Amino acid sequence: MRLLVVGTSHRLAPVEVRERVALDGEGEAALAHRLGDSGEAVCLSTCNRTELYLAAADTGTAGDRATEALADLGRISRADLEPYLYRLEQESAATHLFRVAAGLDSLVPGEGEIQGQVRSAYERGAVGPLLDRLFRQALHTGKRVRTETAIGESPASVASAAAALAAQVFGDLSGRRIVVIGAGKVGELAARNLVSRGAQLSFVANRTVDRASSLADRFGGEALPLDRVDEELAAADIVVSSTAARDLVLDRGQIERALEGRKGRPLLLVDLAVPRDIDPAAKDLQGCFLYDIDDLQSVVEETLTGRREEAIRAEEIVAGEGERFNAWLASLESVPAIASLRERAEAIRRGELAKAAPRLVGLSERERHAVESVTNQIVNKLLHQPIMRLKEAGLGDEDDRGAPQGRLEG
Amino acid sequence: MAELLVWPALLAYGEAAVAYAGNARNPGGLGRLATWGVRLGWLAQTALLIVQAADAGGFPWNTWAGSLNLFVWLVVSAYLIWGCSARYRLLGLGVMPLAAALLAVSYAAGGTDDSSGAAWGDVVLVLHIALVLVSFAGFTVAGGLAALELWQERVLKSHPAGLLRQRVPSLLALDRLTVTTVAVSMAALSAGIVPGLARLPDRGLDVLIAGTVVLWALGASILYLRVRAGRRELAATLALGGVAAVIVLQLGLLFAHVA
Repeated sequence: MRLLVVGTSHRLAPVEVRERVALDGEGEAALAHRLGDSGEAVCLSTCNRTELYLAAADTGTAGDRATEALADLGRISRADLEPYLYRLEQESAATHLFRVAAGLDSLVPGEGEIQGQVRSAYERGAVGPLLDRLFRQALHTGKRVRTETAIGESPASVASAAAALAAQVFGDLSGRRIVVIGAGKVGELAARNLVSRGAQLSFVANRTVDRASSLADRFGGEALPLDRVDEELAAADIVVSSTAARDLVLDRGQIERALEGRKGRPLLLVDLAVPRDIDPAAKDLQGCFLYDIDDLQSVVEETLTGRREEAIRAEEIVAGEGERFNAWLASLESVPAIASLRERAEAIRRGELAKAAPRLVGLSERERHAVESVTNQIVNKLLHQPIMRLKEAGLGDEDDRGAPQGRLEG
Repeated sequence: MAELLVWPALLAYGEAAVAYAGNARNPGGLGRLATWGVRLGWLAQTALLIVQAADAGGFPWNTWAGSLNLFVWLVVSAYLIWGCSARYRLLGLGVMPLAAALLAVSYAAGGTDDSSGAAWGDVVLVLHIALVLVSFAGFTVAGGLAALELWQERVLKSHPAGLLRQRVPSLLALDRLTVTTVAVSMAALSAGIVPGLARLPDRGLDVLIAGTVVLWALGASILYLRVRAGRRELAATLALGGVAAVIVLQLGLLFAHVA
């Protein structure tokens, strides 16, 4: 059995092509079982890639079938699809999957969602010994990269940077109260990130209360008109503002009043609007942390640089895991030769003992046992070096593999 | 025997201090080395204290150098409560060089010898020294936490692009820990002053007793400012003053008060 991957991703194909060969969970399972009828198959499909992992005796035929399947799926001719496809075999295919699972092949390096997508694909696939080992090791590699490097820790968007900043100020966000000013998409994204970390959306303030209600309802908060936002500021921990107003929505005086009586509890103000909604002079107030869109964007750029630096360490982990998989793959190939060598040696030993049996008649049970043990040890010692050579040859170049076996068995 | 244990403790604390410095420059594997240095050093010093106590047949830390030895152990013990987590490694950068240096001073001054000390029966003295040293250690660690809190506050105010790259505890976590540590230190100091008062008729009032009272007042002010008045930054700044007070008191011990 040999390993093969045929697929396309954001690195080669535009979204117009990727969307045509994309599959949902059921489609993944159906295609994997169809392609796995003569071997093993796993289909991994996300918004950035569709890949078919196959284990087959004849990778040429299996690859052709996979390409045909993708062309059928996208209703594209094979010739039109092939420029967007890659085909990798054996250790290259394994290392590719390890990079994918580690998030190193993602649009945003280190994004964590891919790990779950790889797991789902594996669970839906038609797996046998080869793909089972490959996917388990890929998931292990992804986990190692996330725990041993900081690649997935830093935020990759302005909204997630705002949530990370809130965590830097408050720690656990459970029960922290958010007030969102403006009911647009930007504010919603920031609120979603904060709520996912345990914070609680208290109010959405907007010029039109209807729009505020629709956002507030989705997160279990209340809507209020913009001119009443003052009343709720004192109880808020985090304020996210993203209106289209031309003038300031919150001035320094309003914030100063909100800070009174907080007993040292900080107030985080996140201004995502352009022009800005919150008076920049508020940043000098004690206990108040004000961030505007530029501050957050520079944080995101810096953390993406950090992710790229961490990716170098992650690549080392992937390379190590790739070598380990390669060694396992090679050892699989030498197993039949080792087994046959052992069988042959054991047969010779037993034959020679049978020949010598008439001369061993007078031996006691204990002496007979000693003879068995000594002959076994001799065989093992004689086989030790040839077996080691076979294993080493299995780890070497493919072209070398036949040589030691021939030399030993010749 | 004590001689055999002091070197591993010193080496491990020194290694932790160097590894913390390296980790601050380039976060990564050195942080783990530092944590292991703290753990192993603490184990060696704990063994050292046990051997000292067994050999002395009494309370062996009633000298200045001996009390410094016990003080270092208490500081590292307090640090170990949180210090093993990655987010508190910057605190280790402050604590471990101090611990290594003070243990070296204690060793040089004979504080790690197998000398005989005050009889265990002198409960008042033993309680007084132990509780006051616990409070000194607490104020030292609280000072370190307050320094980290004030630094974190400055970073969050100044908006550097890399502010999320440094793994540090959240501002409120540092605030809570500083106040809790000061509260525990105050309880120990108050309890330690009471047996000290029992000895007052024999020893009389000295500058160090006055200094200890000042430290108590400082601790009370920190708690009032933070808990009642909500002045988080001022309370943290005063907690830094607590470390200065402990240093003055420790130096004062060298020249007066304890044998």
